[in-house]
Amino acid sequence: MAEEKKKVDYNRRPMPKQNPWERIRNFDEVALGYPDAIAVEEASRCLSCKKPQCNAGCPVGIDIPGFIKCIVESDFGSGVRKIKETNALPAICGRVCPQEEQCEKVCVLGKKGKPVAIGRLERFLADWEAREGKIEIPDMAPKTGKKVAIVGAGPAGITVANDLIILGHDVTIFEALHECGGVLIYGIPEFRLPKAIVNREVDYVRSLGVKIYTDYVVGKTRKVDKLLEEFDAIFVGAGAGLPWFMEIPGENLNGVYSANEYLTRVNLMKGFRFPEYDTPVKRPSRVAVIGGGNVAMDSARTAVRLGADEVHLVYRRSRQELPARLEEVENAEEESVIFDLLTLPIRLIGNEQGWVTHMECLKMELGEPDDSGRRRPVPIEGSNFLVDFDAVVCAIGNSPNPLIPMTTPGLEISKKGGIVTDPVTGRTARPNIWAGGDVVRGAATVISAMGDGRIAAKSMHQYLTNSGL
Amino acid sequence: MYRIVERRMIVPNLHELVVEAPAVAESVKAGSFVIVRPDEHGERIPLSVADWDWFNGTVTSIFMQVGGSTAKLARLKPGDTIPTYVGPLGRETVIDKVGTVLCVGGCYGIGSIYPIVRAFREAGNKVYTVLEARSSYLLYWEDKLAQASNGTFVITRDGTKGRKGHIGLIPEMVQKIGVTPDLVIANGCTFQMMRVSQVTKPLGWKTIVNMNPIMIDGTGMCGVCRLSVGGKTKFACVDGPDFDGHQIDWNEFLARRKSYNPEEVDPLRHSSCRSHF
Repeated sequence: MAEEKKKVDYNRRPMPKQNPWERIRNFDEVALGYPDAIAVEEASRCLSCKKPQCNAGCPVGIDIPGFIKCIVESDFGSGVRKIKETNALPAICGRVCPQEEQCEKVCVLGKKGKPVAIGRLERFLADWEAREGKIEIPDMAPKTGKKVAIVGAGPAGITVANDLIILGHDVTIFEALHECGGVLIYGIPEFRLPKAIVNREVDYVRSLGVKIYTDYVVGKTRKVDKLLEEFDAIFVGAGAGLPWFMEIPGENLNGVYSANEYLTRVNLMKGFRFPEYDTPVKRPSRVAVIGGGNVAMDSARTAVRLGADEVHLVYRRSRQELPARLEEVENAEEESVIFDLLTLPIRLIGNEQGWVTHMECLKMELGEPDDSGRRRPVPIEGSNFLVDFDAVVCAIGNSPNPLIPMTTPGLEISKKGGIVTDPVTGRTARPNIWAGGDVVRGAATVISAMGDGRIAAKSMHQYLTNSGL
Repeated sequence: MYRIVERRMIVPNLHELVVEAPAVAESVKAGSFVIVRPDEHGERIPLSVADWDWFNGTVTSIFMQVGGSTAKLARLKPGDTIPTYVGPLGRETVIDKVGTVLCVGGCYGIGSIYPIVRAFREAGNKVYTVLEARSSYLLYWEDKLAQASNGTFVITRDGTKGRKGHIGLIPEMVQKIGVTPDLVIANGCTFQMMRVSQVTKPLGWKTIVNMNPIMIDGTGMCGVCRLSVGGKTKFACVDGPDFDGHQIDWNEFLARRKSYNPEEVDPLRHSSCRSHF
């Protein structure tokens, strides 16, 4: 297998995107994906390291060099199969995972140049499969006769469902909303993750034999303990809960939204198509989005598309500390979102009708590093100033959903309201209940929820197959 | 899909909606609500539950037609289906044996107060019920409520039935027959619940109101249903919908309740008829 010595290619291939001036007028996907030839070129940059680091950087342990090799050989079908061994949702992960913090962060090429665009290649394979329309069903283990209930059809729940149905268990998902996907449907906007892709992935899991009931709120419609009369094990992936606010005066004024509300109106309820869809969403002209994470970027970019004249992203630290993915920050900047950095809102002011009109802010400077290792923002005394806004979106996070903790005795609940699980197994304080995703972590990422699901599914399978019939 | 068993206009502009939803009927309690979506393009609307039939798996609500979405609900016929009917949501009304309970219902709340009256009675309380409406033709379920209560009072704004006047008459009416409530529960439009709370506050009568803010998911995720209770932000869908009426910031709540009024009626101005503009 003598190979010619390849020159290292540091030139990461860019992915085509919609132009900013076009995309701010539509909700279509911004990033357009690699064409076949570019994908092969990009994949060919991989050095096929003897001891690859990228695998370990992936929370669900995808065989990254394996699928990249398939792309190099233009054997896309095998590449898809390789990914699906460990990841049920490649089209989604390829789009929304923070690869720069995970697999791509440890790519050897990144030391001297740009790492291989692993996420884009993952997306490429998933989109190729969908385009070909040849969705393969994996080998299924014989039926075990064990019944599993999953609470919530979000990324954690879908991962568990996928893993356990393949292992031969009977799987039923209960979803509270009228559509499946959890945050992928209500939270992440169409322009970053088209809903057709989420529906496709949900349909795939359904095609494996997973039963899904929507409009079913476990804890309310039926309690967990009632379900346990019928099911052998339960996974709770109930997702995000109540949004956090800044606890400053004026937050209950009209025109002040949580990011959850704002994005749900637009994404799940299709408010941007009001009155064709019944759920309204306001179209204010000056919008402030408070926060610096991906959800804040999503909210700001949504406000741009809803026709705001000026959208400000208000963040108390500097650009360097923005927790959002750099790619999303750049997208927001291209779309003319104005970044008010080192700025802390301290009060919202409204008119007589109860609508927000102004925000009072303080200027900040960076001080000593805090617990998170980032430099602590310190208010500059007397730097108060007022800005006009007719809408404020608060995107500073949320707590875990409270419904299951409120209605299920015997679970251990953290101070922040999350279900406490064993990090190795995902098991809760009750032997036949597992949990993962935002209901455990608060506001986290899609991939960490999927990683939790993967861990829990493994432990649940052990439990279900050892506990005897 | 959920089948409509019955949908009829019970009094002008108020409709009774009976839906086949066995899982909801099995778990529902007095004071809970459901979230309904009339069609695939529909809004998620919270409706208070007014009755249920565990055996037949049906749940009943009374709703008022106000905007586009409720107009869609009001057009449903028995046998039609709706895509979403989810619940029961919210915490149920706390039913204890407290002595004498005064239940106040107005508008759709005449319906939703009924299971509360029934539950307090079953818990061994003396229950008096006040029905309040603009006029006699807007009253309904009087027999049902009379049967469930130890006594009923009727107040109409125009005096066509019962006492002429408004909620402010309550203390005088109940004290006349020697009743001092240990607990007051009000269900109805925001203004009515606010007035009840204002009337009972100086008397020191503990008052619980069943709040009806705008909601979307109704399961503790979106935060649109927030209100200030005793200076703290609460979420009606998971902390309520029952709250202490004396602690609520009513002005803030009324403003929030009205925030989508223009959009709510907007669809009513549209018509699918091409010859209309």
